[in-house]
Amino acid sequence: MPPVTFRISRGDKTSTEFREYTTEAGEGMVVLDCVHQIQSESAPDLACRWNCKAGKCGSCSAEINGQPRLMCMTRMDMIDTSQPVTIEPLKSFPLIRDLVTDVSWNYRVKKSIKPFKPRKPDAPDGTWRMQQKDVDRVQEFRKCIECFLCQDVCHVLRDHHKHPEFAGPRHFVYTAALEMHPLDTEDRLGQMKHEGGIGYCNITKCCTKVCPEHITITDNAIIPLKERVVDEFYDPLTRLFRMFKPKK
Amino acid sequence: MQYQTYEHDVIVIGAGGAGLRAAIEASAAGCSVALICKSLLGKAHTVMAEGGMAAAMANVDDRDGWKVHFADTMRGGQYLNNWRMAELHAQQAPDRVKELEAWGAVFDRTKDGRILQRNFGGHRYPRLAHVGDRTGLEMIRTLQDHGIHQGIEVFMEMTAHTLLQESGPGSRVTGVFGYDRELGRFRVWKGKAIVLATGGIGRAFAVTSNSWEYTGDGQALAYRAGADLLDMEFVQFHPTGMVWPPSVKGILVTEGVRGEGGVLRNKDGHRFMFDDIPDNYKNQTAKDEEEGWRYVTGDKNANRPPELLTRDHVARCINREVKAGRGSPHGGVFLDIAWIKEKIPNAEAHIKKKLPSMYHQFMQLANVDITKVPMEVGPTTHYAMGGVRVDGETQMSTVPGLFAAGEVAAGLHGANRLGGNSLSDLVVFGKIAGEHAAKYAKANPASRVSDEQVDEAARRALAPFEKGARGENPYLIQHDLQETMQANVGIVRTENEMARALEDIQKLKARAANVGVPGNREYNPGWHTAIDLANLLCVAEAVTRSALDRPESRGAQFREDYPNKSEECSKFNIITRPVNGGAEMRVVRQPLTPIRDDLKKIIEEQAK
Ligand SMILES: Cc1cc2nc3c(=O)[nH]c(=O)nc-3n(C[C@H](O)[C@H](O)[C@H](O)COP(=O)(O)OP(=O)(O)OC[C@H]3O[C@@H](n4cnc5c(N)ncnc54)[C@H](O)[C@@H]3O)c2cc1C
Ligand code: SF4
Ligand code: SF4
Ligand code: FES
Repeated sequence: MPPVTFRISRGDKTSTEFREYTTEAGEGMVVLDCVHQIQSESAPDLACRWNCKAGKCGSCSAEINGQPRLMCMTRMDMIDTSQPVTIEPLKSFPLIRDLVTDVSWNYRVKKSIKPFKPRKPDAPDGTWRMQQKDVDRVQEFRKCIECFLCQDVCHVLRDHHKHPEFAGPRHFVYTAALEMHPLDTEDRLGQMKHEGGIGYCNITKCCTKVCPEHITITDNAIIPLKERVVDEFYDPLTRLFRMFKPKK
Repeated sequence: MQYQTYEHDVIVIGAGGAGLRAAIEASAAGCSVALICKSLLGKAHTVMAEGGMAAAMANVDDRDGWKVHFADTMRGGQYLNNWRMAELHAQQAPDRVKELEAWGAVFDRTKDGRILQRNFGGHRYPRLAHVGDRTGLEMIRTLQDHGIHQGIEVFMEMTAHTLLQESGPGSRVTGVFGYDRELGRFRVWKGKAIVLATGGIGRAFAVTSNSWEYTGDGQALAYRAGADLLDMEFVQFHPTGMVWPPSVKGILVTEGVRGEGGVLRNKDGHRFMFDDIPDNYKNQTAKDEEEGWRYVTGDKNANRPPELLTRDHVARCINREVKAGRGSPHGGVFLDIAWIKEKIPNAEAHIKKKLPSMYHQFMQLANVDITKVPMEVGPTTHYAMGGVRVDGETQMSTVPGLFAAGEVAAGLHGANRLGGNSLSDLVVFGKIAGEHAAKYAKANPASRVSDEQVDEAARRALAPFEKGARGENPYLIQHDLQETMQANVGIVRTENEMARALEDIQKLKARAANVGVPGNREYNPGWHTAIDLANLLCVAEAVTRSALDRPESRGAQFREDYPNKSEECSKFNIITRPVNGGAEMRVVRQPLTPIRDDLKKIIEEQAK
């Protein structure tokens, strides 16, 4: 492969600019390899996050030619290198430096969601029995690697900056995993309706498209959650039943 | 020197499985806890673990139990293990798995709704609780999501740089000096007890499955604080890493592939693992391919296929095939799971369900569809059996108040770790370390932190900026170290080569003393790499010196100049400690503690 030119966003919250770097892209290399090469050749202080280099930790999220992606899972031979390849940080979060953003808001949102609360163990050995088919759905959600790419593309956060009132697709997935957990007894639908702002989501499915774990965020997590919220808060019959029936 | 100060009862360094579990335990004991980690929470190495977590729950085969697990662990470790740790581990692992379930983990299920367990190398029965091939993610997320509600104060993207002590090396720890990666500001955490849970050392080698974090920080911090390191020669080379394309070389291919029926072949299509089966495993290994297949499909009367022998052995067999010119095009061998379509219907869907991340990894990174064609694999640096020497009962190191758990600690695995025994190690000993750190913190009042020690550490940390761009490039030094370790202290070792590595390490140390970085302290990876260098060099030297002092082949260490086990060497562990005020590294042979009679009997019974 001939040398490839990158335009990488450099700078901090005060100002940013694109700087160009050229490096050799060998066979099978991914974007993160090129960034590392640039670090060791010409920009030792170029800031980026990464850990596993195998698509498992969700650290290396960035926007490559405008597409939100994991840098470690984006092969150079998949992208157009006839033009300089741009790499930018995620846009939904405050910039720290270069490709690194402050994602701490996500951690605060998660903490505000009520934790897992299992029913009492009911198997003779002091644990529980669960069938595989009953956990398949939850296991899909639990594949999430917290890369926050879905948070990055969601227009409610990216364009409308509704961070204080909208939990974002990642946390709908998290909540759905808890709500659909066969052992869980907690009720988070009120949280989703109010603090979580699930009503802001208008099902554009942009989040689902970028998820590197192929979680069907919108269809499997958000829509069922929305339906439960509707049932719980707007359906008079359900409300009536709720008065007599323990939750779940 | 300006710095921000915090005060806690217990400081946990590292937020992988071990650190999180320790923090949860110390917090439950009523201590205030600081949890410090280099990366964001939930990104630690534990997230990468694939195959599963070993615990003798006997959900799949009721002949299993802690005694079998204990004996398997000791045999895998070639009896250099700390037997008390191996005992506690085997006894407590099932409870730790169940606890994860109670905290929200969703393991794969058996037909009757219990936690499913899978086969793995060196484990006699199906023993690994798992979630597809992303068990580590399940573990870390469960601990993280539980941990954030336990009142633990988390310090993300902060690096521990130096342990502070009452009166220099060997004395009680008083706190931690470190910096935040975001702005490069210095911080001091004062504490009564400290738990190291910083993981391994894989970055000392060129081909590794480990991330940038694995620079041996915990081992080096402990060593400089005067704590003993143990068994540093035992570095596990996992038999199956990716070999092609070059940029992914080293990335792990889980042993789960073999547990699900994957077989190893050389370029002639020969299943070479049947050629060399160690004597002490003969009566537990399948006689032919048919029996091997019956084993992986759950036939309790069948023995395991030789692909599931211990990692050290499989890695050496692969090495032998490649060296003999029988390897695959890119210098590995073939690992074939696609062949199971001859045996079962829907093989393609089955593989995708059981090994989803492997499927994606090969599809995305190598353009290889593992449901159709074999993978190319070869050994990769994977795990450090050695590390901080701890007391088997409490996980305290030889420095008062300093504890260690998880991969950074030594003892449980002896000369070779069995797959799946790490994830269980993390939660069993994370809990124990947290409990005893809390006890220690309650029994011992806080001690004063010395300003001179802080200033000294800060000066060392800032030195690379003085040299600036004129200094040595930290990335190049790291690269050269990785090359020499890979070439000279790798999977096959000799005295001459290791002596060369030691010379190189001395030269690299001199270069590292002149390391320089441009830019400023804000999120500057060049600076971080420069700081980590001192730790990498320290552990690289410890590995090399220990390996030189063990003239035999045992477990993970293969010495071409001493290809056999030696009776004499079966009687000691090797300890690394600083002498001459830290100027020199010394290795000492520490005789093994005689094993308790009842445990000895278990080993004898299980060998039958
Ligand atoms: C690809 C792969 C697959 C694996 N699969 C399995 C498996 O299937 N089964 C199994 O049992 N084992 C497996 N292992 C091994 C196992 O995952 C690790 O040994 C284990 O996760 C280590 O956990 P830990 O808690 O000790 O440390 P880690 O999870 O590595 O965490 C280390 C923590 O320490 C922090 N840290 C390090 N240095 C510093 C510092 N200076 N200051 C502050 N913080 C610091 C890091 O940020 C991190 O939070 C696998 C390993 C790899 C690499
Ligand atoms: S589907 Fe909803 S959550 Fe997802 S991107 Fe669209 S608006 Fe955001
Ligand atoms: S749901 Fe998908 S895109 Fe969103 S954080 Fe998780 S893995 Fe990333
Ligand atoms: S580095 Fe872990 S997902 Fe890219």
